[in-house]
Amino acid sequence: MQGFRLAFSYLRIGIMNEFQYRANLYIQVLQTFIALATGLIGLNLVFAQTANLGGWGKPELLAVMGVFTITGGVIRAAIQPNMERLMEEIREGTLDYALTKPADSQLLVSVREFRLWQLVDVITGIVVLIIAQTQLHERMNFWGMLGFISALGMGAVMVYCFWLIITSSAFWIVRVQEIANLFEGLYAAGRWPVDIYPNWLRYGLTFLVPVAFAVTVPAEALTGRLTLQTWFGALALTTLLFVAARVVWRIGLKNYSGASS
Amino acid sequence: MKRYIDFYLASMKIAILEQWQYPVANYFYMIGMIAEPVIYMVVWSAVAQQQGGTVGGYTPGAFAAYYIVWTLVRNMNIVFTPYGWEWRIRQGQLSMSLMRPIHPIHNDVAFFAGWKFVVIALWIPLALALSFFFKPDLHPTLLQGIVFFFAIWFAYLIRTMTLSLMGMITFWTTRVSALFELYFAAELILSGRLVPLSLMPGWVQQAAWFFPFRWAFGFPIESLVGNMNTRDLFIGLGMQLAWIAFGVLAVSLVWKVAIRRFSAVGG
Repeated sequence: MQGFRLAFSYLRIGIMNEFQYRANLYIQVLQTFIALATGLIGLNLVFAQTANLGGWGKPELLAVMGVFTITGGVIRAAIQPNMERLMEEIREGTLDYALTKPADSQLLVSVREFRLWQLVDVITGIVVLIIAQTQLHERMNFWGMLGFISALGMGAVMVYCFWLIITSSAFWIVRVQEIANLFEGLYAAGRWPVDIYPNWLRYGLTFLVPVAFAVTVPAEALTGRLTLQTWFGALALTTLLFVAARVVWRIGLKNYSGASS
Repeated sequence: MKRYIDFYLASMKIAILEQWQYPVANYFYMIGMIAEPVIYMVVWSAVAQQQGGTVGGYTPGAFAAYYIVWTLVRNMNIVFTPYGWEWRIRQGQLSMSLMRPIHPIHNDVAFFAGWKFVVIALWIPLALALSFFFKPDLHPTLLQGIVFFFAIWFAYLIRTMTLSLMGMITFWTTRVSALFELYFAAELILSGRLVPLSLMPGWVQQAAWFFPFRWAFGFPIESLVGNMNTRDLFIGLGMQLAWIAFGVLAVSLVWKVAIRRFSAVGG
């Protein structure tokens, strides 16, 4: 309970901070628009040549793009800024300030930053999804909606765990700023449903980097492809990754040797 | 002249020694970077297969060749970013470079050129792995190989100049990120980075001629994997040289005006 209050306080501070820089909102809108336009151009180039890609039609891929944009927005608003600050602090030795606070260290390092304006991506993604839905001519039922929202939530948790695990590697190999680039590159694979990738890559994108669960699975729920089996698979992997992230964080913390601050 | 050669050799050596210390970081960076062309390659190979084997004259093997060479060209045209310029102007880091009796851009050019040697050494195993998985269809002639060698270094210089010009906008305003994104989006579409330009609508291909982007990206790739004739290869190199000359001129002119606006002390 106290954890929630703590997270909420940080969220509020983060939002207040963002309101000091309102012009950034317009810049964010422009950037989101540019990213959306290039995404749509890519999609149109592909569908100028073919009518379907690995069994997915154009409106369905639009739905994938919507989910990709929403999840990307959540990652850049709440996950990535925290993890980047964490890796900086591990390197500089200033993590001490967080560790000496009387709260769970993992919780604390995961909630300190929040970039409100990145939520423009989330709103844009929702608009794209709605457009995709009207083109699909498929009525969304209650179970489909529930499947979608739960898959989206589990995807976000998995991405968070993945980030925390690779960020914790900073405890051993000090210079890891390139991780952001690594993740962005791999996450971009989520623009397309993972079914189109060759097997070795598909497994990598499912189990090593949870891009499949973060984007493809929620999109499957929207387009009526999600099976109960996949859903339980997602639940199992979320639990597993959550435990793994906790363990790696604990072990990494024991290796922390910063004493410079 | 000797002064410059010494400076370049020393900076390149420092870059090689420094970057060689961080192979893991360099690999993280490179894997993230290589994911992009692999995605394009898979998507377009899937499209080609669905269309009976080729799309726009490209077979899956030709796409593999295009995008694997893409990874080398991309590595070559990574330069000091406009975000880096923004950082060094906003934070006043530029002050230190201004103290030196040499234009700061020489340091950028030399350092990144040195880094390329480390990057290429690390790139070779990745390229072999990609070739093993994706079976590229690549049969360059000797002339193509030679043109390619010059084209990637020219591409490096073109992109250094254009991105430095972008970065120097920060001398006037620090709200530049949206502008940079716009530039990179235009580059993505018009350079052959997203897809080979021959898959683009005709008017985009024509427009691409007049921007620097394709000369720093698509042309070097096509010089090796495409079937350009000797004349086109040399026209391409000529266009690259023209852009380098224009870039150097523009950078030095803008620099003269811009540096007067720089007001940071310390740094």
